[in-house]
Amino acid sequence: MIDYSRMLNSAVQEIKPSGIRKFFDIASSMDDVISLGVGEPDFQTPWQIRKAGITSLERGRTKYSANKGIDVLCNEISDYLHRKYALKYNPTNEILVTVGGSEAIDAAIRALVAPGDEVIIPQPSYVCYEPITLLAGGVPVIIETKAENDFKITPEELKAVITDKTKLLILPYPCNPTGAILEKADLTAISEVLKNTNIAVISDEIYSELTYGDAKHISPASIDGMWERTITVNGFSKAFSMTGWRLGYACGPRELMAQIIKIHQYAIMCAPTTSQYAAIEALRNCDDAVENMHNEYDRRRRLIVKGFNDLGLTCREPKGAFYAFPSIKSTGLSSDEFCEKLLKEKRVAVVPGTAFGKGGEGFIRASYCYSPEHIIKALERIKEFLNEL
Amino acid sequence: MRTEILKLLCRNAHYTPAEIGAMLGKSETEIKAEIERLEKEGIIRGYKAVVDWDKLDDAYVSAIVQLNVIPKAELGFEDVAERVMSFHEVESVYLMSGSYDLNVVVKGKTLQDIAKFVARELATIDSVTSTVTNFVMRRYKELDTGLCDPEDDCRGNFLL
Repeated sequence: MIDYSRMLNSAVQEIKPSGIRKFFDIASSMDDVISLGVGEPDFQTPWQIRKAGITSLERGRTKYSANKGIDVLCNEISDYLHRKYALKYNPTNEILVTVGGSEAIDAAIRALVAPGDEVIIPQPSYVCYEPITLLAGGVPVIIETKAENDFKITPEELKAVITDKTKLLILPYPCNPTGAILEKADLTAISEVLKNTNIAVISDEIYSELTYGDAKHISPASIDGMWERTITVNGFSKAFSMTGWRLGYACGPRELMAQIIKIHQYAIMCAPTTSQYAAIEALRNCDDAVENMHNEYDRRRRLIVKGFNDLGLTCREPKGAFYAFPSIKSTGLSSDEFCEKLLKEKRVAVVPGTAFGKGGEGFIRASYCYSPEHIIKALERIKEFLNEL
Repeated sequence: MRTEILKLLCRNAHYTPAEIGAMLGKSETEIKAEIERLEKEGIIRGYKAVVDWDKLDDAYVSAIVQLNVIPKAELGFEDVAERVMSFHEVESVYLMSGSYDLNVVVKGKTLQDIAKFVARELATIDSVTSTVTNFVMRRYKELDTGLCDPEDDCRGNFLL
């Protein structure tokens, strides 16, 4: 008899499975469920990008690419980051094309974190940072960001948790699920705290194209004192609606990139060649398409935020990404209870804030990567639900 | 703002002023007032549902009739266009460049009804020199709306 628990790595087994998997399995077995749960664009990948991918297949570009990515693509990424976010990365040795931003984060964490190293993670935030840190033998140090600070990590919160074991700070902005962004002043203050330390930063900027109003995305690496310690992670999934293409990139000082690329080489070889060719087209010719999608998200953002506030579920204005994070504290229910009851009684699926960290208790995440009609219908059902509570 | 309101109404005429206001960051009152102005100025001429009649028993058929016209002195094509427009069987009238002058979409209960209408009412108009009737076999897309059933939302990864 095989004892699988002894066969398996104990660190993996200790990672808790997603609590909401069960919840969404139930949701998908029900009829007529209106979901506000996914975190994926509803738009098609712009046709010209798909066409570039198709053309590359017709031409037989189906072999491995260079480990670090196709040269032309690395050049385009370098130009794009310079043009948009005033970042300077040498395409020869400071840019790595990865299988989504996900691989970039995984490889970067594994390159930086040794067993016992502390990794500071602001929460509520995307769920991958903690498990990947644990798998690398690292120690997650969670900062519970506060609603009154718009869920931004503050320099005081940061200072309070830095120890001599701190190796890495994760900056996930614009943030899933809170929609928070960091402005120049916030980043400058953080840079001050990190000055004279050897602490690295991974900036997960996958939502960089989706900031709204006057808020413009500022890349942490563009701030004084940050470039030398930061791995900038971004990709094509959200901005260009290329989630299934699995394409992203990591950029940073060559000393760090040289080590990250080792992990990439052995684990992945190269990112999908077809996706890389499509991505070249995306960066060169799709500013208009990105802007149209951005404006559509903006309209929906206003619609859903006003909708929740009108229902008495206080929703601070998210400045980035495509999620609303309203508080459900006024109902007296916990996040889990609210979501379960809402699903059972009104067949609306939203994600409990606790899925993203303890600080998400009392909140729910509702995505607005859905048509306005879909959002309006969901809000109507939530209104009925609240009236019947 | 006008263009944005119009684009939204063209997408879905059912959006309420409150919903449009929410999407554009304006008040319901502002939007209501602007829509009224647009209607008064004759910029918004109507609101129509997009219906897939083929799904019903009393479906109707339509035809694109191409008219060649001798334009009248001073009036040009106005006279004929007005005359053609006035028929309730006529769904739309456009003045065209190219090989014919007026593009007329005609609807009727049957192909014969349409043929009779064209022969009796359009071909007989004084300045109309020729008619070519093309029957619509199947409608795929109308007014920016696909008439096929929508695909299911296949997104399933809830954690991202």
